[in-house]
Amino acid sequence: MKYVDEYRDPELIKATAREITALVEKSGRLFRIMEVCGGHTHSIYRFGLEQLLPPAIELIHGPGCPVCILPMERVDEGMAIAADKRVILTAYGDMMRVPGHQGSALQLKARGLDIRMVYSPLDALKLAQINPEREVVFFAIGFETTAPATALTVLKARELGLTNFTAFVNHVTVIPPMRAVLDDPKLQLDGFIGPGHVATVIGASSYEEIVRDYKKPVIVSGFEPLDIMQSILMLLRQLSAGEARLENQYSRVVPFAANPVASQVLAEVFELRDSFEWRGLGSIANSAVKLREAFSQYDAEVRFAHLLAAYHRQFELSSGPSTAAHEAPCGDVLKGLMKPKSCPFFGKECSPENPVGALMVSSEGACAAYYNYARDKQTVITNGN
Amino acid sequence: MVTEPFRDTRIELSHGSGGLASRRLLEGLIVPHLANSQFNAGALTDAAILPIESGHLAFTADSFVVQPLRFAGGSIGSLSVHGTVNDLAVSGARPLALLSTFILEAGLPAVVLEAELSAMAAACSAAGVNIVGGDTKVVEHGKADGMYVTTCGIGVLEANVKLSPARVQVGDKVLLSGPIGDHGITVLLARGELDIEAELASDSRSVWPMVQALLAVCAAEVRWMRDPTRGGVASSLNELAQDAKLCVTLREKDIPVRDCVRGACEVLGLDVLHVANEGQFLAVVAASAAEQALSAVRAVPGGEAAALIGEVESGPAGRLRVFTEHGSSRVVEMLVGEQLPRIC
Repeated sequence: MKYVDEYRDPELIKATAREITALVEKSGRLFRIMEVCGGHTHSIYRFGLEQLLPPAIELIHGPGCPVCILPMERVDEGMAIAADKRVILTAYGDMMRVPGHQGSALQLKARGLDIRMVYSPLDALKLAQINPEREVVFFAIGFETTAPATALTVLKARELGLTNFTAFVNHVTVIPPMRAVLDDPKLQLDGFIGPGHVATVIGASSYEEIVRDYKKPVIVSGFEPLDIMQSILMLLRQLSAGEARLENQYSRVVPFAANPVASQVLAEVFELRDSFEWRGLGSIANSAVKLREAFSQYDAEVRFAHLLAAYHRQFELSSGPSTAAHEAPCGDVLKGLMKPKSCPFFGKECSPENPVGALMVSSEGACAAYYNYARDKQTVITNGN
Repeated sequence: MVTEPFRDTRIELSHGSGGLASRRLLEGLIVPHLANSQFNAGALTDAAILPIESGHLAFTADSFVVQPLRFAGGSIGSLSVHGTVNDLAVSGARPLALLSTFILEAGLPAVVLEAELSAMAAACSAAGVNIVGGDTKVVEHGKADGMYVTTCGIGVLEANVKLSPARVQVGDKVLLSGPIGDHGITVLLARGELDIEAELASDSRSVWPMVQALLAVCAAEVRWMRDPTRGGVASSLNELAQDAKLCVTLREKDIPVRDCVRGACEVLGLDVLHVANEGQFLAVVAASAAEQALSAVRAVPGGEAAALIGEVESGPAGRLRVFTEHGSSRVVEMLVGEQLPRIC
């Protein structure tokens, strides 16, 4: 299959692994590398790439999985909106299993709420057109990768004159959490495998500030096994030479500059929130967007403000149910301070079937990826061919 | 017996009431399509009477709630025949007879039902099995998704067949009858929610001819069989690994998958090992008989792409592992919940 098989060539992958091992042996030191993006985490486990790396390389799975960092309260708010009988709540498949305090979207759907999975926000718009008597709400999540699609959909809704479509915007930005991770004094990172698809929108150049301010190399990487292996090699070469530069391994897809059309649409429709709560990382300034006031008629937080207020009153009255989710150390895993398997809940109370923390929900979450693909890592290394 | 053709354009509640309308539906539409020498059409009785052969009987049931009702390569009607025939086949039993029951939603166009009856008749004829009876109920409009079908099947166990996870041994080989994922991806695309088009059809078919050929050459060496339907190859082989307390290992490069299925899985973020099949089977065969088994299946029309995809190892017990070509491996779990596409 074109554009896939070239980047999965087993001989090239093995040759790159040998180069990495030789470089690590020569340097005689440890390397702590964070792959920020959940898509990279998923690929690393799916293709068993950690098994090809020498033990002196530690991969830390970062905060780049949009459903994993969404606080439970935002899920609850979405469900509070969906509880209105007029509402059809639409969401990406990733969102459907994310637990809120009352349950996940899938569980609440089974209890009768009208929650539907869509593949694109434009599908939600179609639902709004064919159900004029209903209120269609799109539960928007994702980094700058998916934000332009939401923005274009809002513009389209305005063009069509739709009055029954709103977006519940939870879009976040990638640079602030990278800074938050680097600002944590407990964390010693050597460099980043930079998110590739997000960079198709914001441009590889967006990572320059990380290199400049923190003196850490960033390699913008593709998602196929050879891409990731090559990016690790590029990173090691820089680190061995004492360099900290921005390099673009994924140049077949990612330009240096931001995508001008996407940037313009994002700027027109969204503005930065003062701060946004990240699950596990806490509140981060300027790390998420909301709809501009000019688009408030498409803003679910405005249209359903009464439902959200009622939810918060109730939530405060009950002072928030005490669940395992509050005690789960997801934040430490997100920051790479704890490995998934070291979490006391891992594989016990918390599994992909019954996730306690969001890292166990999406197949991009570090815990789910680890659970699904790598639980027998030790055995694999001894028996692997 | 009334022989008047069924003229009502839509199914109504009265067609399930047991009265005159029910009889018109049965005798005017269902029986004419499904009648055969075993179907005692002359006098519709409460039970089908079958002659007993010697040996052991296999007995199974399956329900079908697929949406949309029709898709490239099949429909709920053909699926309901193949599904039950295949459950018998992978138990090592020659399919003998089926019962079919329908739950119809009031308002269903009669032509839709007729098309499905016709599809069932054609599937039965191809699979060499008869429908010998059944039942029909009608529920209110909005209480069902067009139509649901349940089929029960009875079959006769072939000689020397002894299938059980307990018989599976270290060193046994895993045989797969052909490319996987066709059915699941076809149905996903047929729902029309994805803007993806592919030249693809469901693999819905009877696997009995292939199983029969396999058993004819090495019945005693076949340890275990399963049709990897919902949950895909991963779920079937995980169940085997857990039941046998052994490890099943697969070689990714040897698993047959069509390019368009691979492409759809890549785009949607699905693992093809979790995608449903309706016309394939898995068999665990003693290593000594593996090549012979493969040749036998490949010699049957439709079995040309069969492959030996892996083997049974001692541990880690209860796990399914897939080895990549670049020398690493991953553990593949059973499907959890529904398959949900990923966004990025």
